[in-house]
Amino acid sequence: MNAKTIKVDVLARVEGEGGLFVRVRDQRVTEVKLNIFEPPRFFEAFLRGRKFNEAPDITARICGICPVAYQMSACHAAEEAFGVHIEGPIRDLRRLLYCGEWIESHALHIYMLHAPDFLGYEDVIQMAKDHPEAVQRGLRLKKIGNLIMTVVGGREIHPINVRVGGFYKAPSKEQLKGLTEDLKWARDAAVETCRWVSTFTFPDFQRDYEFVALRHPDEYPLNEGRLISSKGLDIPIQEYEQHFAEEHHEHSNALHSALLERGSYFVGPLARYNLNFEKLTPLAQKAARTAGLTATCRNPFQGILVRAVETVYACEEALRIIAHYEVPDRPYVEVTPRVSIGHGCTEAPRGILYHRYRYDERGLITNAKIVPPTSQNLKTMEEDLSEFVSARLHLPNDRLQWQCEQAIRNYDPCISCATHFLRLRVERE
Amino acid sequence: MTAPLSSALLIGVGNPFRGDDGVGSVVIRRLRGQNLPGFTIMEETGDGAELLEAWRGASAVILVDAVQSGVAPGTIHRLDATAEKLPKWFSHCSTHAFGVAEAIELARTLGELPPSLIVYGIEGLDFSAGTSLSPEVAASVPGVVSSILAEIRGLAGVKTAHIA
Repeated sequence: MNAKTIKVDVLARVEGEGGLFVRVRDQRVTEVKLNIFEPPRFFEAFLRGRKFNEAPDITARICGICPVAYQMSACHAAEEAFGVHIEGPIRDLRRLLYCGEWIESHALHIYMLHAPDFLGYEDVIQMAKDHPEAVQRGLRLKKIGNLIMTVVGGREIHPINVRVGGFYKAPSKEQLKGLTEDLKWARDAAVETCRWVSTFTFPDFQRDYEFVALRHPDEYPLNEGRLISSKGLDIPIQEYEQHFAEEHHEHSNALHSALLERGSYFVGPLARYNLNFEKLTPLAQKAARTAGLTATCRNPFQGILVRAVETVYACEEALRIIAHYEVPDRPYVEVTPRVSIGHGCTEAPRGILYHRYRYDERGLITNAKIVPPTSQNLKTMEEDLSEFVSARLHLPNDRLQWQCEQAIRNYDPCISCATHFLRLRVERE
Repeated sequence: MTAPLSSALLIGVGNPFRGDDGVGSVVIRRLRGQNLPGFTIMEETGDGAELLEAWRGASAVILVDAVQSGVAPGTIHRLDATAEKLPKWFSHCSTHAFGVAEAIELARTLGELPPSLIVYGIEGLDFSAGTSLSPEVAASVPGVVSSILAEIRGLAGVKTAHIA
């Protein structure tokens, strides 16, 4: 038997580092292991004994790109547990803050991380030599997302103004109005991003995915909604753990989430888009159609295009909120702790982020569970890779590596940097 | 968002919940207690695009981050980023893959490097989730702090020249 092992560094452009192992036997892929993500167990343990109102700030440290998502899921969980529902301008401010995170995260992923794959560059630094104006556009878009986070959240990264019940301080009308011109530019730049990305060549690839996302009767989902899927799931978020479970795999620290009834599933922009297309604004829908998309998109490589469409939506939604904003009488609603369980599930840029906490009578956390979007997509990513590599076994390893990286980046995975040296290993036997 | 012209920046990069990755913040917090006229002190998680934005218009930047190049933990690396490319190992482990090294190299490509950019890299050992530094890394902190203070005294001339 002719066995060959090749090691290469991969995934330079996903968050942190990780590893991919592919075993090929008799020209068939027999095994794919993706070891890229460390579940937030440390944080779950760290939260035990902490006060409910510390969870938003502590969990915001789990991911540098989506602190708002962690804050929002943690806040919603406490509010549900203590019987408070946030409405009106505070709710709008949260949506606005989340739009900022979507804009900055999507701009980062589209321009800095994923576009170089499609245009044949090693990284954005190489791409910037030939496409400086595109890179500058991406940087400015991202900056405007961060600007929203600064004005509403108090700071760009790890916003400090967020608290259970609302905000420590509400921004003034003038402060929000001050974002309008930048956001109008961002909206146009996002439309241009759709056009630009639509010129890329997308590998012809799709599988029979089960898409899972929030769905809200009135709006494209960010903070609230029922959990639905393209194969008939329709549950309140409180029933999440009755339908989803995390499995431990020997090869990695990671927990692979699965739907108990059907196995792997797909969260993130593609899922949101497929399950909520009609909730997008007319401009976002038009940008999608002009870019060649229909109301359903099953090719994960086109996720970059859907991110651009969602960026158009986030800019428009931010503009809408700013135009109607009235400063709330009080920036937050007081909560009174009680013995209870709270659930939070919100749409992080890369998919649903689930939190569940158990609190005692003083509001101390006795138990925490956090399921990030990346662990929910892991199984789907491995299945994609298995099929993707099978069809490309004729490629030399360096070419194969490149394409695998691109396929993994479709999911914009958040990769813990605890696993330091990421490698792709292909064993050909 | 944009730093005022001719300002100098001191940036600590890292995640205090990632073991030795938090050393940049530890150094910066020590320096906050010092009188550093003309310097704005910032803590960042290492988002490269954020860094590009932060140093736009700055006259001089000193940046502190944890690194992993394979030498003894606690080793202090000093790099003049305007004079040399950052080695590959510098981008070992930032919260974002588009991290410090990428930001510096992208800024170089786009012609947006600040006139002076000195990078201190402190060799880390353990970057797993946790809130404490390895003893070797913690022991290096006073040395880094005094080196940076000396650096700032040296830069005072640069800054004055830019203001003029």
